[in-house]
Amino acid sequence: MADLLRRVAEQADPGAFRELYQLYGPRVKAYMMRQGADAATAEDLAQETLLTVWRRAALYMEDKGSAATWIFAIARNLRIDRLRRETPWQELPEGRAEPPSCEALPDEALAEKQRQARVRAALAALPPEQHEVVALAYLEGLSHGEIARRLRLPLGTVKSRMRIAYQKIRAGLEDLK
Amino acid sequence: MTITHHLDGATLMSFAAGALPAALAAVAAAHVAMCPRCRRDVADLEQVGAALMADLAPVGLERAPVPAPSVPSAPLGGRPGARGGETGDIPHPIAPLLPRGLDAVSWRWLGPGVWDHLLPVDGRGKLRLLRAAPGRSVPEHRHGGAELTLVLRGAFRDELGIYRRGDVSELDESISHRPVTEPGSDCICLVASEGPEEFRGLLARHWQRLRGI
Repeated sequence: MADLLRRVAEQADPGAFRELYQLYGPRVKAYMMRQGADAATAEDLAQETLLTVWRRAALYMEDKGSAATWIFAIARNLRIDRLRRETPWQELPEGRAEPPSCEALPDEALAEKQRQARVRAALAALPPEQHEVVALAYLEGLSHGEIARRLRLPLGTVKSRMRIAYQKIRAGLEDLK
Repeated sequence: MTITHHLDGATLMSFAAGALPAALAAVAAAHVAMCPRCRRDVADLEQVGAALMADLAPVGLERAPVPAPSVPSAPLGGRPGARGGETGDIPHPIAPLLPRGLDAVSWRWLGPGVWDHLLPVDGRGKLRLLRAAPGRSVPEHRHGGAELTLVLRGAFRDELGIYRRGDVSELDESISHRPVTEPGSDCICLVASEGPEEFRGLLARHWQRLRGI
């Protein structure tokens, strides 16, 4: 996966790009459809997401997160911009300033992989009612208020469920800090 | 700069999810640019998005894209040329809204020692700068919904402590709150509120429910 991206970045390899597209395109399309896009628009946005990866592959650094995380961030910002017609305020991972020593050290890439595994484990362990509010925010782009109305729950309940989910994810990373 | 008041976990998660109303997202982005801890958190929370996306049932593609190396790069978040961090008083994400800096803002007088200045945002909510002279109590202004306040200059104090540059205060309807600016210099904050749209939506739904629709 990261290897595909490296081939895209270092050799501008169209074959690697096609593989990356086959791998992620259908999920990005599914994501766009969950966010309310029709199939044709979702396909266009999936294409644009992956073409952005192609154009910016050289900026990608493994120690700033996985290829999947980077693709999620690009898809999220495109969705805010195109489907919601709002300014995406989130920076893409490669634009984020970190301490000056930010060459891709192998240790850091490894540490990053470990963090991903922990985040996934914490997410998988969430009870259904916490997982539900998290999924509605990420996959449907609903605000706290919109989730409260959708689930007919008090706003405070939605916020506290999401806050607990956040705390569990953080707790899973505690000893890696 | 030591930041002691961070974004709430639920707000940070919504920000990473891309689910925060635009004005609130602008303040969150400004805080994140000033705060290495929250920047680390956002990176971890983006992995949640990647994991959830990977679990979606894939939807077949109709076409294969042709990678064209010369496609012009569209502005895609983080604003063009934006970087984490800050220059002068103004955190990068909001710098394009304040090209001439904080000292060139044309303030609107709200009351003795209190001014504001509206900033345009595409999307939901209201974004503005609020300025208060030392020792002033900031007037109560309820819009319904959440409110995020980030200190850019000076400091204020409320029941929960002192807020200095980079600190963020988060309110909802359930909290009553009496901020007072600290002595010394004016306090300038970036303030986002969820705005009336959401509130009107709520009323409409309430009506629908009453009428049994």
